[in-house]
Amino acid sequence: MFEIKGLSVNYGGIEAVRDISLSVPEGAIVTLIGANGAGKSTTLRTIAGLVKPRAGKIEFMGEDITGKDPAYIVGKGITLVPEGRRIFPDLTVLENLKIGAYLRQDSIEEDIEWVYSLFPRLRERSWQYGGTLSGGEQQMLAVGRALMSKPKLMMMDEPSLGLAPLVVKDIFSIIEKINKEGVTILLIEQNANMALKIADIGYVMETGQITLSGKGSDLISDEGVRKAYLGG
Amino acid sequence: MADFFHQNLSYFLSGISVGGQYALIAIGYTMVYGILRLINFAHGDVFMCAGLMMVYLSSSLPFTISIPLVLILTVAIGFVIERVAYKPLRSAPRMSVMISAIGVSYLLQNAALYFTGGLAKVYPEIPVLSRSIVIWDATTRVVTLVTPFLTIILVVLLSMLIKHTKVGMAMCAVSRDFETSQLMGIRINRVISMTFMLGSLLAAVASLLYFTNYASVTPTSGSMPGLKAFVAAVFGGIGSIPGAVIGAFIIGICENIIKGGASIFGIPGSGWTTFSDAFTFAFLIVVLIVKPTGLFGEKSVDKV
Repeated sequence: MFEIKGLSVNYGGIEAVRDISLSVPEGAIVTLIGANGAGKSTTLRTIAGLVKPRAGKIEFMGEDITGKDPAYIVGKGITLVPEGRRIFPDLTVLENLKIGAYLRQDSIEEDIEWVYSLFPRLRERSWQYGGTLSGGEQQMLAVGRALMSKPKLMMMDEPSLGLAPLVVKDIFSIIEKINKEGVTILLIEQNANMALKIADIGYVMETGQITLSGKGSDLISDEGVRKAYLGG
Repeated sequence: MADFFHQNLSYFLSGISVGGQYALIAIGYTMVYGILRLINFAHGDVFMCAGLMMVYLSSSLPFTISIPLVLILTVAIGFVIERVAYKPLRSAPRMSVMISAIGVSYLLQNAALYFTGGLAKVYPEIPVLSRSIVIWDATTRVVTLVTPFLTIILVVLLSMLIKHTKVGMAMCAVSRDFETSQLMGIRINRVISMTFMLGSLLAAVASLLYFTNYASVTPTSGSMPGLKAFVAAVFGGIGSIPGAVIGAFIIGICENIIKGGASIFGIPGSGWTTFSDAFTFAFLIVVLIVKPTGLFGEKSVDKV
């Protein structure tokens, strides 16, 4: 469904991503793990169209989307939940959801209901400003906002960042639930343990390159991965 | 008290009127700042260009055509300035864009100098607006009365546009966060163009009202009202539309109260008018010292 071939990206004067290839089958949860600065975020930002690649090809549902602008890519059904949530603090929760559906012309009422049923907390806070929500609620809103674009592929950049362990568990079970409803997930995480547990396929990224890949359950028991990312 | 108002009514009236004109210009500054964090120094000159275009167009066309044409052309100027002088600098440091804005300002002034030969051009008398009327013994023009109402109507329309339309929501989003807005599928360049076009439209309306009162246009006619509108926007808290409007009315009224100093305060002296401009800028300094964020300045509610 989704395929990256030989992607290289320069970012801030350095070659942040070097010749990586990965593929995401339809309906799967795929995770990209690795240390800080490995190039995970740059990869997602390039797919989303925020950064232009130096070389390589990005294909989505058989179409070459390399170097297209973000609006086009969102329109095709790829969305990114950015690192640090980045919700709009001076829009209300409902407005944040509506802006997630910015490109859509059809009725969005049903999907607002769907998001509220996934995150009942957001319904309670519908009229509150985004900036007044707690970190966990903001993450829920960021995911809900991304879902409003009716994505086929949802990319998530460190959804667990800065959240309490209990909240992280919640978020991950929601990710699985969203996936079961038919949304393919590409997830990057420093919390490798959590990510690999729910992932069908995992990729390990180090200094801009993919060094290891395999089934999530295989990676979790891999000696090298355990040492490097799972704390022994 | 009633007597006092009665005697000085003309000062209050022109204060409110000038305030409205400043408000329409100030909105352009504040909206552009809100989105690009750029002080668009060329904005006052766009206002001047609208005035000059009116002079030239009305000499050969009836008002029913020349007025809409001026509005459209001013919007086009705003659009072109953004595309040519600011858009290519989108990822450049803010200082570069500001210098570009100063450049555009001088470019417009010098283009105007070239076309006018440096002579003051007589602004046409727009039939209804320039008519004199007497209210409670104070002689004034219709434009003085129309301005505050028209200003308020336009501000209400603008707030409705921002609150209740998709474009408005996109403006709020872009003014907060370029990158996340793009992730929502918002084409930020369109939103930015839209902002410049709206600001220019309001400046064009302001020019119709302002020059009807002042009767002539010179290449530098835009600097003073532009600067004062800028002060108004800073006073109101730059980035905030209601702030700019309130700030502009306050400055317009204060300025005219000072002009009427001799009779209002009962202190004789003929030099009062000279100080009205000085007041505005002294006021700017005081605002920047006491409350740099202005009346409705941005307060951040970010939470990480």
